[in-house]
Amino acid sequence: MRIPDKTKPYRYSLWEKLYLPAIFSGLKVTISHFFKNIRKSPFTIEYPEKRRDYGNRYRGYHILTTRPDGSLKCVACYMCATACPAQCIHIEAAEHPDPNVEKYPVVYEIDMLRCVFCGYCVDACPENAIIMSNTYDMAYFSRKDSIAGIDDLRKPFTVSQEWLGYRPYFPEERKVDLVKMAKERGPVAA
Amino acid sequence: MDKKLPVWVRAQDNYAGKVELEHDVDIPTWIVDSSVSKELLSDLYREEKFDMLLDLCGVDYPGREKRFDVVYHLYSFSTGKRLRVKVPVSEDRCEVDSVVDIWKAADWFEREAYDMFGIKFKGHPALRRILTHEGFVGHPLRKDYDPGKRWQLEEDKIYKPVFLNLPPEEDSMFERMTINIGPSHPAMHGTFRLMAVLEGEVIVDSDVEIGYLHRCFEKMAETHPWQQVVPYTDRLNYCSAFINNVAYCKTVEDMLGLELPPKAIWGRMVLMELSRIMDHCVCNGTTLVDVGALTNFWYFFEIREEIYSLLTKCFGSRLTVAGCRIGGFQHDLPPDFIDLCKHLLEIIPPLIEDIDKLVTHNRIWLDRSVGISAISGKEAINWGWTGPCLRASGVQFDLRKNEPYYWYDKVDFDIPVFYGGDVYDRYRVRMAEIKESLKIVRQLVEQGIPDGPYAVDDYHVMLPPKDMVYNQMESMIYHFKLIFEGMRVPPGERYGYLEGANGELGFYIVSDGSPNPYRIKVRPPCFPIFSTFSRLIRNQTVADAIITLGGLNIIAGELER
Repeated sequence: MRIPDKTKPYRYSLWEKLYLPAIFSGLKVTISHFFKNIRKSPFTIEYPEKRRDYGNRYRGYHILTTRPDGSLKCVACYMCATACPAQCIHIEAAEHPDPNVEKYPVVYEIDMLRCVFCGYCVDACPENAIIMSNTYDMAYFSRKDSIAGIDDLRKPFTVSQEWLGYRPYFPEERKVDLVKMAKERGPVAA
Repeated sequence: MDKKLPVWVRAQDNYAGKVELEHDVDIPTWIVDSSVSKELLSDLYREEKFDMLLDLCGVDYPGREKRFDVVYHLYSFSTGKRLRVKVPVSEDRCEVDSVVDIWKAADWFEREAYDMFGIKFKGHPALRRILTHEGFVGHPLRKDYDPGKRWQLEEDKIYKPVFLNLPPEEDSMFERMTINIGPSHPAMHGTFRLMAVLEGEVIVDSDVEIGYLHRCFEKMAETHPWQQVVPYTDRLNYCSAFINNVAYCKTVEDMLGLELPPKAIWGRMVLMELSRIMDHCVCNGTTLVDVGALTNFWYFFEIREEIYSLLTKCFGSRLTVAGCRIGGFQHDLPPDFIDLCKHLLEIIPPLIEDIDKLVTHNRIWLDRSVGISAISGKEAINWGWTGPCLRASGVQFDLRKNEPYYWYDKVDFDIPVFYGGDVYDRYRVRMAEIKESLKIVRQLVEQGIPDGPYAVDDYHVMLPPKDMVYNQMESMIYHFKLIFEGMRVPPGERYGYLEGANGELGFYIVSDGSPNPYRIKVRPPCFPIFSTFSRLIRNQTVADAIITLGGLNIIAGELER
């Protein structure tokens, strides 16, 4: 490999020395953009009236999903809290009076100022109990407000399709059946 | 050199028994006694032509008799070889000879090793703390240092500039004046503090203070399981977060010996090239803003916005994508991925063309940038430069071509090289590289998404698909074990590297077989480049110093980790 020990600065061409041609070609560009943007700007959006479409995988404010009877799907297994790189999830579990029903969380808090919205909690959840919405505008007046509890995170059984963000799987784009594939493949090699 | 030591080492008596070869490692590794380390390294520089010091770091092994390892990573441009040299030192005689007079790149790296481990480098011109502040007590990357500890900076301990190259004051028509720019100054692109001694408008000497954005990524990585480090890597070079993800994941995958499915490689390559385009857009855009050319900034950011939209549709986040997992992707690429890429390939080239017409041949920009902060290829290598800045100095070095990884040897692209070594050529290299990256993306898109899985089929590494977790006991067990115990990486070490947007992005990872990494050292490409800054701006005006900083593309997140 040849390694030069001197620099060779760029030498101006005659066109560049003349100064004006480049200025006019630049003006031509900006003027053409000006007329294009008068008709319709493809890039600017009038937020908050209009919002950019971030797709159905956006990692925004969390949602705790519920069963049809309104109780949380969460079984307080602490997997999301373990997988969280920012350690922003706080759970306190309690036993259900009926021994046949699993544990449930009494306290489930996410510190939204600490959260990095990486989606690891969603990946870790074995019950599809925590998913993310596409809400991204969050602002708080105090640190206390930023801690979201069960009441803030809980959503009714049928979550509107418009809210949905990052989830364990995306049925609207699903084409292959993974369970069927796994059965065809046979047991997993350890 | 891989199997046994070269003749010149064995022939010399003073090396007898002091240089040993380590076996079963990724690159040739020598273990050298600290009494001959300087001698051997300068011999390596002379005899084996190791003209670049890529990285210098410390590793702490508290149980060992010689507690610390000083690890040098060397690269030779003439032979293309890499070498790792380890110099063990004990805690009570924690001293190694400095190699600053061989490689200038060692200056800041040695300061960092001193700061993080307390290893002293004999003969270093100004061995001071670099990433932590002057009121800091202890050395944070030592294993016995508690990561939760905090230190407050007292007023009397604030950083005092050291001007090492200040020429004696002569009878000049100007009185000397020291000014301070930054750390919060819009021209400093991040949080750097520059203290410059001016004579009139010319900088005669300067000193740089960094570390305002230091958040000890390396210590945090030691307290988190392997997969959880990925979101942390996003925050290194946040202009091209995806490349950092890949660099980290690829290194760990190589340690595990995993072979990625074609779809994962394909997706990573496309998104890496798009991230590179984004990074170059930010760098060139902001540099031009510094000289007052604002319009092209909007055009560059249109490109960036569209690429962000694609990343959001894939991973759900714009800046900090956390896109990769060790072993592939967490989710499949979206079904309309190819269409989105085609849309990008349609809108990016006209915008680049427009920017070219606006500024590339504009006399005002030429007069501001040609010949400013020029550095020759040879000197740049001595300072440890890689990437676009080195290619602007006439060295045709690109890891995608020189040591191809993934499928870079199967796609057709060129390495743009310019010979000016100045701000203008750094700008031109980046503009040309955007076009080359587009060429790569176009070829890959034409090739089409390969069929098959998007992640490895190894449930000791990747979480099993959710359908299987809900329905099969076995997958459920794998899922639980991976979340609670984490994956295991076999003990060993590896220096993984790839061509980041700024140059060689290296991850030196040591594993001891536990669920957390034992040591992660990032070799940030802009760290050695920024250490040259004082040398570059000497005898230039303040206005030139500002565009020099823009053209070097210094990202604080990566520089200070």
